[in-house]
Amino acid sequence: MTTTPFAARATAVAARATDLSKVYGQGETQVVALDHVSVDFGQGEFTAIMGPSGSGKSTLMHCVAGLDSFSSGSVRLGETELSMLKDKQLTKLRRDKIGFIFQAFNLLPTLTALENITLPMDIAGRKPDKQWLEQVIDMVGLSGRLGHRPTELSGGQQQRVAVARALASQPEIIFGDEPTGNLDSRSGAEVLGFLRNSVRDLGQTVVMVTHDPVAASYADRVIFLADGRIVDEMLKPTADGVLDRMKHFDAKGRTS
Amino acid sequence: MFRTALRNVLAHKARLLMTVLAVMLGVAFVSGTLVFTDTFGNAYKNKSAKSFDHVSVAVQGEGSSSYDGGGDDGEAKRPPRLTDAFLEKARDLPGAESAIGSVSGFTAVADKDGKLVGGEWGTTGSNFYPAENGKDPRYDFTEGAAPKSAADIALDSRTADRTGYEVGDTVRYSTDGPVRTAKVSGVFDTEDGSVLAGGSLVVFDNDTARKVLGKTEYDEIDLKAAAGTSETALKSAVEKILPKSTDAVTGTQLSDDQADMIEESTSSMSQVLLIFAGIALFVGIFIIANTFTMLVAQRTKELALMRAVGASRRQVTRSVLIEAFLVGLVAAVTGFVLGIGVAVGLESLMNSAGASLPDGPLVVAPTTIVVALLIGVVVTMLAAWLPGRRAAKIPPVAAMNSVHATPTTRGLVVRNTIGSIIVALGVVLLLNDDNYVMAGGAAVILVGVIILTPLLSRPFIAASAPLLKPFGVTGKLARLNSVRNPRRTASTAAALMIGLTLITAMTVVATSMSEAINKMAAGSLKADYTVSMANYQPLAPEIGEKLDKLPEVAASSPLRTAYGEVDGSYSQISGVDAEAFGELVSLDFTSGSLAGLQGDSVLVDRHTADEQHLKTGDTVAVRFEEDDKTAKLRIAGVYEQNEMITGLFTPLSVVDPHLSKITDEQVLVKMEDGTSAKAEDAIVKALGDNPAIKIQDKDAISNEIGGAINMMLNMLYGLLAMAILIAVLGVVNTLAMSVFERKHEIGMLRAIGLDRAKVKQMVRLESIVISLFGAVLGVGLGVFMGWAVGNSVADSVATYTMEVPVGRIALFLAIAALVGVLAAVWPARSAARLNPLMAIKAE
Repeated sequence: MTTTPFAARATAVAARATDLSKVYGQGETQVVALDHVSVDFGQGEFTAIMGPSGSGKSTLMHCVAGLDSFSSGSVRLGETELSMLKDKQLTKLRRDKIGFIFQAFNLLPTLTALENITLPMDIAGRKPDKQWLEQVIDMVGLSGRLGHRPTELSGGQQQRVAVARALASQPEIIFGDEPTGNLDSRSGAEVLGFLRNSVRDLGQTVVMVTHDPVAASYADRVIFLADGRIVDEMLKPTADGVLDRMKHFDAKGRTS
Repeated sequence: MFRTALRNVLAHKARLLMTVLAVMLGVAFVSGTLVFTDTFGNAYKNKSAKSFDHVSVAVQGEGSSSYDGGGDDGEAKRPPRLTDAFLEKARDLPGAESAIGSVSGFTAVADKDGKLVGGEWGTTGSNFYPAENGKDPRYDFTEGAAPKSAADIALDSRTADRTGYEVGDTVRYSTDGPVRTAKVSGVFDTEDGSVLAGGSLVVFDNDTARKVLGKTEYDEIDLKAAAGTSETALKSAVEKILPKSTDAVTGTQLSDDQADMIEESTSSMSQVLLIFAGIALFVGIFIIANTFTMLVAQRTKELALMRAVGASRRQVTRSVLIEAFLVGLVAAVTGFVLGIGVAVGLESLMNSAGASLPDGPLVVAPTTIVVALLIGVVVTMLAAWLPGRRAAKIPPVAAMNSVHATPTTRGLVVRNTIGSIIVALGVVLLLNDDNYVMAGGAAVILVGVIILTPLLSRPFIAASAPLLKPFGVTGKLARLNSVRNPRRTASTAAALMIGLTLITAMTVVATSMSEAINKMAAGSLKADYTVSMANYQPLAPEIGEKLDKLPEVAASSPLRTAYGEVDGSYSQISGVDAEAFGELVSLDFTSGSLAGLQGDSVLVDRHTADEQHLKTGDTVAVRFEEDDKTAKLRIAGVYEQNEMITGLFTPLSVVDPHLSKITDEQVLVKMEDGTSAKAEDAIVKALGDNPAIKIQDKDAISNEIGGAINMMLNMLYGLLAMAILIAVLGVVNTLAMSVFERKHEIGMLRAIGLDRAKVKQMVRLESIVISLFGAVLGVGLGVFMGWAVGNSVADSVATYTMEVPVGRIALFLAIAALVGVLAAVWPARSAARLNPLMAIKAE
C-alpha cells in the first residue's frame, strides 16, 4: 500500500499524497485518522472521496488542501511540498491555488453575491479577469442576483455563489466538503452539474468529499476510504454502483 | 431556575469576564472612595482629638478660630482681652492646673535657596509657652531644645526634613515686613492641624512670637484642669472672670467641632469622588447590557425550548436576572476587596506625593460593605433587565427554527424618534440662562445622543470608508462588520463617548478660561510686576515707598483697599497713586478719564455706575466701613470692569484718613526697562530678599490662575480615567463577542486565503472604527457643551471667548485610536488563532 496503486491515469498530477498519516493523541488514546495513504488527483479530473463517517475522508481532503497538518508523509500540490510550509505560506497557497466549497456555504452576510465571488481575489489584491468572471457567473446562472446579499438568496443560490467564488480565481484545484449536504436534491444536482461542467468544459480539477452515492456519480473517479485507508477505487461511477460498493464495505465493516 | 442560571453563568465564564471586570472596577471605585475617606477622616479625627489633650477649657476671642491667620484688624480699638494678666488670673483659679497662652500668625520661612517653604497658606508661626514643667504640651521636641530668645527658632519635623535644616542652622524668616534670621534651636513633632494638613509650623519663644507676629495679647488661652476637676466645672469657674467679648469652650467641645469640620470636608470629598464612581458605573451598564443581549441571542433556541416546555415569560426573565445577580455578586465582592486595596494604595500614593496623611487603622464601615454589594448587584441586574425582557419575548416556536430572528427595524424607528425628541428638549434646556437648567440640558442631550447612537453609527461608519480604503478588503470587512449590530456598536461607542464628552467639555471651558485670563492680564495690566505678601496679608506701606524710590522703577502705585458703601451698595474702594495709576493699568473708560482723578474724586466701574445710576461729574457719597464716616466724592470717570480691576478707585489721600492702620493689598510696579531677571532681582534685593513677599510678572499671574485651572483639569482627567478604562473594557468585550460570533466566517476567510496578520488587522480596524466613532461623538458633543457652558461664563468674564483646543482634541482622537488598537489585542489574537478547520466544521 505504500506504493501508488491509486495513481491518476494518463494526465498530469494536480495533487499527490504520499504515505500520508495523521494521528491524534498518544498511547492508549491514540486515534489514527489517516494510515499511510497514498493517492494522486489528476489534473482536469473530478474525484469524489467516499467512505463511512470516521473513515478519514474529510481529514484526507483537509490535509491535501493545506487546511490541516499531518503527522508524516508528504503532500504535493503541483510542485509545492506542503509539509515544508509555514502557516503564512500555506495561507498564500490556499489563496492563490485552491478554491473551496463548503457544506454550510460560508458566505459573508455583509457582502453582496458579486463581492463574495470576488473575495479571494480581493484578499489577494488582484483584479478579477472580467471575461472569465462573466463566464463563471453566466454558467452558475447568477446574473440577475449579483447585488443580493446571501440572506436574500435561497440555499441553492448561495451554494452557486460559493461555486462561482471557487471558480472565479481560476485555482489549480477546487476542494468541496460535502457541497450538496445542505441542499435539496434539485439544487444539489445543479451544483454538481456546474462542477461537472467546469471539469469537462474548463479543464478544472475538482476533489469532493461526499457520502451521497448520487453526488459521487457525477465524478470521473471515486476513491473509497475506511479506517484511514484507501480501500477501493471506481472509475466512471454510477450511483447504483457506488451504493453497492458502499453496502459491501458496510457489511464487511460489520462482520469483521 | 436558579440551577439553570448558575450553570449558564459557569458555562459562559470567559464571555462574562469583561462584564465582571467592568462592574468590579466601578464597585472598587465606590468602596475604595468610602474606605479611604472613612479611614482618612477617622485617623484625622483621632489625631486632632489628641491635639486637644492638653486643653480642658479654651478661652478665645469671640468669633475667632484657633487657626485663623492672626489678622489683627481693629485689635487696637478693642478693650484688652486675653492679656498676661488674665492668663495669670485664670491659672490661679482653683481647679486649674496649668494655663498656656497661644499666638499664631503667618510666618514665611525661606529654604536653603531662599524660596518660601510650604504652601502660601499653611505656613504658620507660633509661640513656645512653657508650662510649669518647662514644657509646652503642644510640641514634642525630638531634637535640640525649645527656643529661648529672639535668636532661636524651632521647626516642625516635616519642615526640617523638607528643607534639610538641622539644629544650629541659620534660618531666614519674615512675618509681615522685614526679614529676620534665627538659629534652629530644635525640631519638634506636633499634632497641630495645619501641619497635619501639609503646612509648616515654626515656633518662637513667647515674647519673640508676640513681637514678630504683632500680637499685643494671646489668640487663645488653654487651661488644663487639675485632677478631680471636670471640664465643665472649670469652664463655669473661668466664665466668672472672662473679659468682655470672649468665650470659654471645653476641650471636648473643641474636639467635637473639629471632628464635625473634618467629617464635613471628608464627606464633600467623598461626594465628588462618588460622582465620578457613578459615571464609571453608568458606563459599565452599557457593557453589561451588551453582554446579556449577546448571551440571550445565543441562547434563543434554548430559551424558546424552555418556553415550549412550559416556562412562563416571567420565569425566563427571572432566569436572566438571576444570572445577572450572580454575576453582579461576584463582581461586587471582588470589587469590594479591590476597593480596600485601592484605598490603601491611594493613601500611600498621596503620602508619596507629599501630603502627610495621619496613620490610622483601615476603617471598613458596615455601610460600605452593604453599599458596595448593593451597587454591584443592582447595577448589573438593572442593565440585564432589558435583555431579560427581550428573552421573554422569544416565541416558543423559535425552538424549531434554525435561523435567529434578526432584530426588526421597527425598534430603531421608535428609538430614533424618542432620541430626537430628547435631544431637541435638551438643546432647548441648554440654551437657557439658568445654570442648573443648563446642566440638566447637557445631561438630557447626552441621554438623547446615547439613544441615537445606533442611527448615527451608519453615516459615521460609511464616512470612514475612504480612510479604510488603503487597507483593501480587510478595511472593507471591518467597516461592514462594525455596522452589523448597530445597537451593540452604538452602546460600545456610547460608553466611550460619555467620558470623552465630559473631558472635552471641561477642556474647552478650561482652555478658554485660561486664555481669557491671559488676555485679561495682558490687556488690563501695564505694570511689569505686582508685589504682595505671599499669603495676601496686608503689606506694610513702607514696601511701596521703598519700591517707588528705586532707580529702576518708572512708576509704582499701591492698591490700598478699603471697603464701604456707595449709596447703600457694598463696594471695594482702592486708594491708588493717581499720577502713576495710568501707567500701571489700562482702563477702558465709558466716560470721563484718569485726568480727573485728583482730590476728592473717584473712578467707578460701569456695573456699579449702572446699578446706582451714576455718571461722570456726579457727586457720590461713599461711607467707609472702618470708621463709619462718609466722604463726598466727584466721579471722574466710569470704566469697564473685569475680573482683575474692579470697584472704586480714589487717590490715596481719600482713603488714608479712613484707615486705622495703613496697609496695602499689593503694589503695582512698572520698570524703566520692562521685565527682566535683573529688574526682578533689583526688587527682590530692595525688599531685603524677603521670602514672605511675592513678586509676580504678568506671566506669573496668569500662570498662577492657569496653573490652578490646569491642576483641576488634570484631577478631573484622572477621575474620568476610570470611566474611560471601563469603556475600553467594553470595546474589548464587543470585539471578543464579534470574533466569537463570527468564528465560522473568520475560519472561511482563513481557508480561502486571508492570513493571520490580515485577520488581526481586520479585527483591529473594526476596533478603531468603533473607538473613533465614540471619540468623535464625544469630542463633538463635548465641544458643543463647552460652547454652551462658555456662554454663561462669558456673561461674567468679559474677555472670555471660546477656544477650541485643537491640539488637545487631536490628542484625544489619537488616544481613542490607540485605545482601539489596544482593545483589539486580545480579540485579534484569538481571531487569528482560529483554526480554519474548526471554524468550518463546528455548528
